Amino acid sequence: MNAKLSQSFKTRSFDLASFFFTGLTGLATFLIVATLGVILLNVLINGWSGLSFRFILGGTEKDMFDVNHAGVLPMIIGTAARVLIMTIFVIPVGVITAIYLTEYAHPTSIVTRVTRGAVNNLAGVPSIVFGLFGLGFFINFIGQHMDEGISKLAAVVKRLAVVLPTFVSDWLNAILPSQSAEPLWGKPAILWASLTLAVMTLPVVIIATEESLRAIPQGMREASLALGATKLETIVRIVLPQALPGIMTGGILAVSRAAGEVAPILFTGAAYYMADLPKSLHDQFMDLGYHVYVLSTQSPNIDKTKPILYATVVVLLLLTFALNIVAILIRARMRKKLRAL
Amino acid sequence: MTEASSPRITLKPPVPTPAAGGTPLATSGAAVLIETSKLSLYYGRSQALKEISFQIREKLVTAFIGPSGCGKSTLLRCFNRMNDLIDNVRLEGTVHIAGHDINSRGVDVIELRKRVGMVFQRSNPFPKSIYENIAYALRLQGIKSRSEVGGIVESSLRGAALWDEVKDRLHTSALGLSGGQQQRLCIARAIAIRPEIILMDEPASALDPIATAKIEELILDLKKEFTIVIVTHNMQQAARISDSTAFFYMGELIEYDRTARIFTSPACKQTEDYVTGRFG
Repeated sequence: MNAKLSQSFKTRSFDLASFFFTGLTGLATFLIVATLGVILLNVLINGWSGLSFRFILGGTEKDMFDVNHAGVLPMIIGTAARVLIMTIFVIPVGVITAIYLTEYAHPTSIVTRVTRGAVNNLAGVPSIVFGLFGLGFFINFIGQHMDEGISKLAAVVKRLAVVLPTFVSDWLNAILPSQSAEPLWGKPAILWASLTLAVMTLPVVIIATEESLRAIPQGMREASLALGATKLETIVRIVLPQALPGIMTGGILAVSRAAGEVAPILFTGAAYYMADLPKSLHDQFMDLGYHVYVLSTQSPNIDKTKPILYATVVVLLLLTFALNIVAILIRARMRKKLRAL
Repeated sequence: MTEASSPRITLKPPVPTPAAGGTPLATSGAAVLIETSKLSLYYGRSQALKEISFQIREKLVTAFIGPSGCGKSTLLRCFNRMNDLIDNVRLEGTVHIAGHDINSRGVDVIELRKRVGMVFQRSNPFPKSIYENIAYALRLQGIKSRSEVGGIVESSLRGAALWDEVKDRLHTSALGLSGGQQQRLCIARAIAIRPEIILMDEPASALDPIATAKIEELILDLKKEFTIVIVTHNMQQAARISDSTAFFYMGELIEYDRTARIFTSPACKQTEDYVTGRFG
């Protein structure tokens, strides 16, 4: 064997810089995983004794701070409902905005740049600000004006109803709200909380959708247009189906962010205690995240409340994971379908 | 190609051969289908096409040759107004197809693209099944009945010499096909809506020699029914399949004549240098 060649493959001397850097990156990774592990373990150990079927499937009628009486089903339902209502609003609005930005708007026009800047800034606004915005805009502005409009309309109908037979006008008087009635929409409600969350998560959906739209080769659009498709047909039939997994990713991110948020719903819909579940969009609701806050700050006996506090956190984490997993499964199915067809 | 029951859009009779400045073309007999007159195109400030005036005749294969960046693809995309999709494009002069000024106000670009089909350099089947790729094109025409769609899918695939290879897997993904098959599917998709003209932008440049040979064979076959304009970098390909050839250089039409003449005794020195491989 050539001596020179064999020499050149000899082991190099110990590389300190390389060893140090490898160690550093490994340590950083370990710290992240360990922190997550400690949090989960801590929550599970402390919350284990509070978890029971009764706790998960029961209400909290008697004493919400006592292990033997507490239950979180109304909060689970409230949280799931507000996340679902939010999704119904945020996905269409976000997707349509992203379609405008990528498919219609001129890429460098002022409108596009301002919109994109606004979207990015919206993503950086603290969530408590969204809460205040929800209170000021949805409840005090839109909600109160809806109430005023409804009562004015009711007054007009009642005045006109005089010409009708008495039993009809009596019936109308009974069902229509009177002028001084309690506000129906101008108060915290699950609809306003969901809309506030939708505004908060809008940037996530817009950005994820935009990215998935831009990842679709221009050749796809050209192929469709060259066949005599209109722009709308091309977007609806060719572009959007390919962007669906990306849109779902945006939805997943929005859901997981919204499920754990408390600040935006503080003033817009979350209730300290409600005897009943919300029955309509203008009812308030109990919420898991807000309940954690209530349990940790309002309890008369902290030690007695601790197990249910942690158990509520476990349930909140599980609910967030469950919502995520459902969305991820749907996305995986979409991807598979897209690949198979 | 079996004649399916697809609706055939008939164009008005072509305009009589105008006397204007195009290079004389000896391929007589066939009527003029595409005519450009002093066509210039600018991308922003740079001029991509310079006062191009010539005519393309019906049911012939016309090849555009020239070095990269000479404007041949740009010109091709003028014929179905695909350049509309690009910002900052400005046109001067006119393009008439079957006597209609396709850039005039009243022209429906959707209708134009249904009559002037296009096959792209990179095959671009949709991520749908083979069947759906063609059915999509048909649905855009309002053809929805199952039997009719099925019939046209078969006839188009036969027309693109792909039927025998895919008839047992029509409902599997088009992305599972080989590159050559994908390109033939794109041709099948283009001919399914029965355009009068098919524009081909280097349709075989990404394919291996066997797939290329199949595409070339197909083009000669399609010539019976369609007017074909093809951009190619491959001299032999232009020589083999085209009836007339246009040589472009730096956005200008240098020479346009019968293919045989371009490749044997071109009038311009530049053309001769290019086709013999001395430059470009």
